[in-house]
Amino acid sequence: MRDVMPWREPVPLDATMGEPRARGRFGDYGGRYAPESLVEACREVEEAFRGAWADPGFRGALARLLAVHAGRPTPLTPAGRLSEALGVRLYLKREDLTHTGSHKINNVLGQALLATRMGRRRLIAETGAGQHGVATATAAALLGLEATVFMGERDIERQALNVFRMRMLGAEVVPVTMGSRTLKDATSEAMRHWVGATGDSHYCVGSVVGPDPYPWMVREFQRVIGDEARGQCAAELRTGVPDHVVACVGGGSNAAGTFAGFADTPARLVGVEAEGGAGAARGRLGVLHGCRSLFLQDDDGQIAQAHSIAAGLDYPGVGPEHAHLRDLGRARYVTVTDDEAVAAALRLARTEGIVPALESAHALAWVIRAAGSGELAAGSTVLMTLSGRGDKDVSTLKELL
Amino acid sequence: MTSPILAAGAVERHLRARRDTGRGLLMPYVTGGITPGWTDYLRAFAEAGADAIEVGLPFSDPTLDGVTIQQAGDMALARGASTRRILADLSGLPDLGVPLVVSTYYNVVLHDGPDTFCDALRRAGVGGLIVPDLPVHEADELTDVAAATGIELVLLASPATPQPRLAEIGGRSRGFVYAVSLMGTTGERAALAASAAELTERIRRVTDRPVLLGFGISTPDQAREARRHADGVVVGAAVMRRVLDGAGPNDLRAFLATLRQALDHDDFRRRALDQE
Repeated sequence: MRDVMPWREPVPLDATMGEPRARGRFGDYGGRYAPESLVEACREVEEAFRGAWADPGFRGALARLLAVHAGRPTPLTPAGRLSEALGVRLYLKREDLTHTGSHKINNVLGQALLATRMGRRRLIAETGAGQHGVATATAAALLGLEATVFMGERDIERQALNVFRMRMLGAEVVPVTMGSRTLKDATSEAMRHWVGATGDSHYCVGSVVGPDPYPWMVREFQRVIGDEARGQCAAELRTGVPDHVVACVGGGSNAAGTFAGFADTPARLVGVEAEGGAGAARGRLGVLHGCRSLFLQDDDGQIAQAHSIAAGLDYPGVGPEHAHLRDLGRARYVTVTDDEAVAAALRLARTEGIVPALESAHALAWVIRAAGSGELAAGSTVLMTLSGRGDKDVSTLKELL
Repeated sequence: MTSPILAAGAVERHLRARRDTGRGLLMPYVTGGITPGWTDYLRAFAEAGADAIEVGLPFSDPTLDGVTIQQAGDMALARGASTRRILADLSGLPDLGVPLVVSTYYNVVLHDGPDTFCDALRRAGVGGLIVPDLPVHEADELTDVAAATGIELVLLASPATPQPRLAEIGGRSRGFVYAVSLMGTTGERAALAASAAELTERIRRVTDRPVLLGFGISTPDQAREARRHADGVVVGAAVMRRVLDGAGPNDLRAFLATLRQALDHDDFRRRALDQE
C-alpha cells in the first residue's frame, strides 16, 4: 500500500543536523514544493551537490576560495570589556571580517562553484539588504559568471549603496515592483525568472529556505562557521564547548551554519529573531517559496509582511530545519525589538570597537538582556556569531542616533 | 439531491463526454473577488460556451504567476477578497451547467488543513482543484483527502517533466491533465510555444484523460493551434488583462466567443477532413 503521509511517521529525535530524511524532510518540515517546471531543476541541483560534496576536489577548491578570496578562517574574538560588564564570557565569531562583510559569501562561493561544475553560465539571486546580492555579484565576477539579482523596489531605495556595488561588480539588478516590494517579493520573482532560465542559470538561494536541496545545501555551505568556531572554542575555552551558542535568524543561514558545529554538544542553541519577523517564534505551518515551514500569516492564509529595522531579518518565515529544531526543543527562538538591536549595536561599537550589522545586533541584544535577567548564569560562556559588519546600516543608524 | 457535477469524477466525466463529441474544450479563468459582482463573469463564461471554469483564490505570493494574474490577485485581496468570501459567493450561484475548478497555492489549502479546505470547496459546489506549487511527489497529503471529499485534484505537467514522472502525473491526476505549455509563468505570449506540441504528445502516451493546454494562450489563433495537439485550452491572463482594463461580463462573453468559435471551427474542419 502506498504510504499516504510518509512524513507523519514518528519523528526520530535527530537533532544532530545531519542530512535531511527522505524527500528533504527535517521532521515535518522542508520538502520540494516547487512548481512542476522547477522540480527537475531542483533534482539536478541535488544530484550535483551530492556529487560535489562527496568530492575532495570540490571541497578543496572551495576551501581554497574561502581562504584566499573570502579571508577564512575568521577569528574568534573575546569581547573583553563587554564580558566584564555583562558578567558572562562572550566570544564573537567574526563573520563581519569576511570579504564582502558578511557570512553570505560562504554560501555563495559554494553555490557559484557548483554552478560552474553544472555548466551554468549565470547566477540568479534574490536580495533584501543587498548583502547576498553583493556576495553573488562578487562570486560571479570571480568565477566569470553572469549575475542577475532581484531586489524589491523599497529595498533598492533603502540600500542604494549596495545596489551600486552590485552594478559595479557587473551584476544586473532587477527592481521588483509587485507586492510589498521587499525580500519575499524578490524571492518570488527570482523563482519565476528561474522557471524560464533553468537551462543556463543556477538559482543561488541566499538562505536556508527554498525547495529541497537548498535548506540542506546552504546549511552545509555555512557550517564552516560552526566547524571553525568549534575548533577555536576547543582551543580557547577551558570547557572546550561554550554553554550557549547564539545567532540571529531571518531565514536562518548564519544560525544554521553556527548551530551545525555544536548540535552534537551540550551547548544550548539560541536563535534570535526580529520582533516583527518572528517566523520560528510565532509562525504557523505553511508552504512558501518551495518549502514547508513556519510563516507569519493572517486568518485567510495570506503571508504577512515582516517588519524589521534589519533588512536581512525582514522575512516572514524561517528555514525548515529551524522549525524542526524548535519542535524538538534542541534550539530555542527568542525575539528582540528594533530599539534593543540599535542599543546593542551602539554598545558593541563603544565597548569593543566593532560596528555590527543590525541583524547581528539582534543576537547581541538578546545576550545583553539574558545576562541582565540572569537567564545567562554569571560566568557562563557564550559564543555569538557576528554575522556581518555594520557599514551598510550606518545611514539608518545616523537617522536614529 | 446531489447535483451530478458534485459527484466524484464529475469534472472528468463532463470533459470526456464533451471531448468525445469532437468539441475543443475551453476553460476560462477568473480571479475570485476581483470586482464586487465578479460572479457575473462566471455566467458570461458559461454563456460563451465554457466547458469548465477556473476560479482563482488569490494568494499573497503567487510564485508561478506572471504580472497580470499577480495584479488581479493583489487587487482582489485589496478589496477584501478571501477564500471564505469567494466560496460563499460561489455557494449562492445557481447551477451554471459547467464544472467549477478552483486554483490556489498550497499555503491556502494547508492553512485550515486539506480536509476542511476540500469540504469547503465541495459545499460551495466546486468540483476540481489545481495547486500549482503542489507537485505530484508532495501531493499524497491532499490526493486522498480530495478523493474522499469528491474533489478532483488536477496535476500539472511541464515540458521539463521526465517521461516516467509524466506517467505518474497522468495516473494520479483527476479531472484532466493540465499541460503547462512552456517553461515560464502565466501570462500572454505572442505565439504558442513549440514545447506545447511535444509535451501534449508525451502526455498522450501515458493517459487518455483530457489534456488542457495552459499558460500563454491568449488569441483565437493560438487556441486553434493548441487544439491541434490538446483537447482544449485554459485562458487566464488574456481574460484577466481585459478585466483589469475594465472589461465587463459582456465584453468577456464576446472575447470568449471568438475563442469558442476558433475551437469549433477547427472541429468543423476536422470532421470535414475525417469524412473525406
